[in-house]
Amino acid sequence: MAISGASTLFDKLWSDHTVCDLDSGETLIYLDRVFLHERTGSIALQSLHSAGYAVRDARRVFCTMDHIVDTFPGRGDKTLMPSGTDFIVATRSETRAANIRLFDVDDEDQGIVHVISPEQGLVLPGLSLVCPDSHTCSLGGIGALAWGIGSSEAEHALATGTLRVRKPKNMRVVVDGRLRPGVTAKDLILHLIARFGTNGGAGFAVEFSGSVISQLSAEARLTLCNMAVEFSAFTAIIAPDEKVESYFAARDFAPKGQHWEDACSYWRTLRSDDNAEFDRELIIDGSAIEPMVTWGTSPEQVVGLHQRVPDPAAFTEPHRREAAQRALDYQALEPGQAIADIAVNAAFIGSCTNSRISDLRAAAAVVRGRHIAPGVRGVVVPGSRRVKRQAEQEGLDRIFTDAGFEWRDSGCSMCFYAGGETFGEYQRVISSTNRNFEGRQGPNTRTHLASPSTVAASAVAGYITSAETLVNSESLIA
Amino acid sequence: MKPFVKHTGIAAPLLRRNIDTDAIIPSREMKRVSKRGLGEGLFAGWRYTLPGSREINPAFVLNQPEYQGASVILALDNFGCGSSREHAVWALAEYGIRAVIASGFGAIFHTNCIRNGVLPVRLDEGDIALLAEHVQQDPQENRITIDLQACLVQCGDLQWSFSLDESARYLLLNGLDSIALTLQQHKEINAFEQKRREEYRWAYAPLEESVEGVLP
Repeated sequence: MAISGASTLFDKLWSDHTVCDLDSGETLIYLDRVFLHERTGSIALQSLHSAGYAVRDARRVFCTMDHIVDTFPGRGDKTLMPSGTDFIVATRSETRAANIRLFDVDDEDQGIVHVISPEQGLVLPGLSLVCPDSHTCSLGGIGALAWGIGSSEAEHALATGTLRVRKPKNMRVVVDGRLRPGVTAKDLILHLIARFGTNGGAGFAVEFSGSVISQLSAEARLTLCNMAVEFSAFTAIIAPDEKVESYFAARDFAPKGQHWEDACSYWRTLRSDDNAEFDRELIIDGSAIEPMVTWGTSPEQVVGLHQRVPDPAAFTEPHRREAAQRALDYQALEPGQAIADIAVNAAFIGSCTNSRISDLRAAAAVVRGRHIAPGVRGVVVPGSRRVKRQAEQEGLDRIFTDAGFEWRDSGCSMCFYAGGETFGEYQRVISSTNRNFEGRQGPNTRTHLASPSTVAASAVAGYITSAETLVNSESLIA
Repeated sequence: MKPFVKHTGIAAPLLRRNIDTDAIIPSREMKRVSKRGLGEGLFAGWRYTLPGSREINPAFVLNQPEYQGASVILALDNFGCGSSREHAVWALAEYGIRAVIASGFGAIFHTNCIRNGVLPVRLDEGDIALLAEHVQQDPQENRITIDLQACLVQCGDLQWSFSLDESARYLLLNGLDSIALTLQQHKEINAFEQKRREEYRWAYAPLEESVEGVLP
């Protein structure tokens, strides 16, 4: 904390959750909520159980089935992933034994953990939340202190209601100006990673602020903070404002009556003091950002849609040059090739990054009245059952299915390959997900990360293209 | 947890940046609701010729005769980035890896290592390159010694010191479980919780009020 007594937003949340500072230099941080899912939570619960520890307070713990459940309509416990059912069955029995609220396969409120937790008000601004899933940092977008952990840490969180954590440093990323039409939070985070690298945020809690951030919707802020882990940040956070207050106003688990008033007055204190000191500050001109797409196998291997695949020889550091060459080999791309000349075999809209109603609306606005290119497979997977119902009420499902997309049930789906469904070897996928690692969407599958509107436009064109080429840019939803 | 005090072993250089946990263990290799049975899936995408197969890819470092029995991995920046899956560390440990020396680690992976008795050692990229060069001359002969008590990495005449958080060092040296350690603080936790629940009533009331409707 600065000598002046001025604090950053992160410092305030940290201090509000500090049980005590430990001799080891760590802090014991109190956890308001713990979220689990069937892929890693099942092992944490089972291991906790067999070690003889109990869950300290099951009322603050929630679990969902999202990672390996099928997203085919009418799904049950059976999944395409061999042994997937074992994870589902174990999670069900372990959560029941521990009295933990489970959003089961057939639950009307089921969905991806980072989509349902804010959607139902299970996480709120100012609360701390952990989950054995790296994208838990998404929830910083609404002003929560949220970060991803491993299974052992999840066991610790369940047993003690706390975690032992070393305090990260403070970084502020100020994004000024105004995003151009068709440029989204996804493009912003990819732009940041392109400029400062996948390790640019290592050791820091990142606060996003500036005029562009104030303009972002609550859902877009979740997308922005979602990929903070791809920037190696401990977490990211955005000060809650009126937009966030109104986002939570009618959520099931949001406080009501006097509690709501108390919550709002606390939330209004959640901002960095004017003279708070940051260990590092980055300034981004939001007006200069263009729609982005990855060409390689790391999120930092990314350029603007109108640019070209870089030449590995252009990288001065030998390891970056080698990584670029390796990525081009894996992706089967040539140096100097125009990004807009790359043909795609498939398009995927979904994942905890971009599967919320606003994402589906943005993609639907591009495909409305159009059809995906011959030979291209398109898949839309809503992030939650509620998002799915909302989309169907708005007729978005019809827009997608008329255009030739598959309309799925909610879950993580083909964001990653768990041994079940994939787009296929050597298939090129334009994807609204968060990771383009080798094999991430299937053995030898080639992934290009982009925003939902870019994915939608590319599906229609059959090659990577910006939504602006299809629709008047002013009508694009940011 | 197996304590880590001092270890001497064969080091395998895997000199890349951004080796993610999907690469350390692909999701398809996480077949059981268990922390065990994962060693075979370690680096499966690189170690075997075809996805899902067990046909050895002779080009991969761990498959080369001179690296048989390797217990240390040498890598570059951001090792263990990506997914939080602890399976990556469980797979490394089951394969027999006791330490990873890299110029940087994914934060969640780093903690996962400490919780499972695998030592993450941070050295500068240049030092790792030098170390790798020395090892490569004769991996079986030029073994690496990592002394956690002295915080030293040694290889022949070469020697580097490294630092690790005191808490992580303490847990590793003693093979301790952090839950047991934290539960010693149960009085502080209880007192904090009581105070927080009064001060931030709005944060807990919705859960308590809906408890009957929510719990199965």
